[in-house]
Amino acid sequence: MSDQPPRVRVTGPSRRPQGGQRRVDLGVESPLSEVYLDSLLAAQLRLAGRILLVLGLTVGSLPLVFFVVPDLAEVTPLGIPLSWLLLGFGVYPLLVLLGWRFVVSAERNERDFVDLTRGTR
Amino acid sequence: MSLEALPGVIAVSLVAVATLVIGSWGLKLSRTTSDFFVASRSVNPQLNASAIGGEYLSAASFLGVAGLLLTFGAEMLWYPIGWTAGYLVLLALVAAPLRRSGAYTLPDFAEARLGSRSARAACSLLVVVIAWLYLLPQFQGAGLTLRSAVGAPTWVGPLIVGVVVLANIGSGGMRSITFVQAFQYWLKLTALLLPAAILLAVWFGDGTPPAAGAAADLAEWSRPLAGDGGGRGLYLTYSLILATFLGTMGLPHVVVRFYTNPDGPAARRTTLVVLGLLGLFYVLPPVYGALGRVYADELARTGRSDALVLELPRLMVSGPVGDVLTGLVTAGAFAAFLSTSSGLSIAVAGVLGQDVFDRWFSPRLHGVSAFRVGAVVAVVVPLVVALALPNLGVARAVGLAFAVAASTFCPLLVLGIWWRRLTDAGAVAGLLVGFVGSGSAVLWAMTSRSTGGWAVLLEQPAAWTVPLTFLTMVTVSLLTPDRVPAHTRAFLARLHAPETLLLDRSSL
Repeated sequence: MSDQPPRVRVTGPSRRPQGGQRRVDLGVESPLSEVYLDSLLAAQLRLAGRILLVLGLTVGSLPLVFFVVPDLAEVTPLGIPLSWLLLGFGVYPLLVLLGWRFVVSAERNERDFVDLTRGTR
Repeated sequence: MSLEALPGVIAVSLVAVATLVIGSWGLKLSRTTSDFFVASRSVNPQLNASAIGGEYLSAASFLGVAGLLLTFGAEMLWYPIGWTAGYLVLLALVAAPLRRSGAYTLPDFAEARLGSRSARAACSLLVVVIAWLYLLPQFQGAGLTLRSAVGAPTWVGPLIVGVVVLANIGSGGMRSITFVQAFQYWLKLTALLLPAAILLAVWFGDGTPPAAGAAADLAEWSRPLAGDGGGRGLYLTYSLILATFLGTMGLPHVVVRFYTNPDGPAARRTTLVVLGLLGLFYVLPPVYGALGRVYADELARTGRSDALVLELPRLMVSGPVGDVLTGLVTAGAFAAFLSTSSGLSIAVAGVLGQDVFDRWFSPRLHGVSAFRVGAVVAVVVPLVVALALPNLGVARAVGLAFAVAASTFCPLLVLGIWWRRLTDAGAVAGLLVGFVGSGSAVLWAMTSRSTGGWAVLLEQPAAWTVPLTFLTMVTVSLLTPDRVPAHTRAFLARLHAPETLLLDRSSL
């Protein structure tokens, strides 16, 4: 048993709610990193806004479309009412696609931010 | 007990036993306190997403939607769409920052962000109200399901669900629940997918008979607008969309799950997988609704459409195959009650344990024992109400829980994460306004049946309560600029800055 390697304790970074001072200094470190942080926040918020705008213009517009053109309820391509095709099946792939777009772009925004911050150290 | 009830009895027993076995297996893996509360944050996105899906797909999704589709038609498709799109809104606005905040519950987030105990207390109260509003229909639905499946009295279902949930969360904690919930997602998907495939094959075998009813009825049934499709219907539809799209992020059992992710990007990926899993599941209820229109129209006429998913297999397929399919959907329905009830009870137990029993009854009750007392209260109160008031519409109460969540926690989270000038006074004022607005609608909906005139605003309140809450939070915050917490900038930095950067800095 003595040839067993010594036990190594593997730990991640602390994620307790109050955080501790070490993790907090990022925000007040320098005026420059403040500017970068503001730009990251703005970029992520713009991204979220774009995704939600697309959601509103596509899925969110459907009630209005069916309200303005009531006859759409009687359209039945493939023998299935259009509303059922769109709302029952068509919406979900779009939601996943939008989610995927968001994840990719959000991670890119974060990488850009990291590169910026590292470059100025 | 009749022979017809046998598949249902076997199915319910198997699900209950499997839930307890997987829960105790997870318990063996749970060694530390961290395992107990946050599954040691070691849950990968796929497993975590299955768990979120398992917890989220409630009785309303499994049974309620198909029944509503049968009765009311395409307008009810907005429920599953909203329940899925809610995760897209959550992904875009709160997923990664919420994980990075380190908050385990919504009250934790409010206290950490605003540095205010009164904001925390308001949130704790709201968590309990929303969770109970959501738990009630779960218990009721369990009673209806068991009555329909095995002919048991309506009090049996709630009681079994309550006991299994208590046994599981009292012993296992978050880690074992994660395995149980993940298992229950796949069980629910299978239990709906397999019968749907066979029933569709039967429908094709019958030569694709068309839906029953006159053409005018069918057009009405295909219009995705509430009620008569007029202006009132347009308002109700958009208000429901707002409630479900924005309410998802404010549900107590949803937030708890995010803390089990390792970091912000993992939280995003988990949410993306959840979107896929929910989309996969929600294409199935419309299949049942549509086939019900062909084969089970009398269920709608006799007001038993809630039992559509449970009864359709036997109506379409006779003999042993029909029995097995019936057993399968009953198992899925029961899993739906168990998993959603567990998630909600954990959320309430955590809040009651931390904010009520640990604080007021310390040192007699502390830590895990306070959590357990909290769990008992969390389950028993809605259980008693469900047994005493068995006449509340299932999907309706769930819908209202979304409206309350959208009118309170959604503005708090969005402004808390994205807006520097939010103050505790603004947050509390907004929560109060949103709660009174949406809460009065809930009370009205539970007591009154009239739907004319301005009552439409109470029938589906989110369209005016959500903007009102945002407005109140912003206005009061701007009026109290000296109350902006000193750590706001640093806190927002932590919410939005990538973890890799923080790791860098800690090693400097």
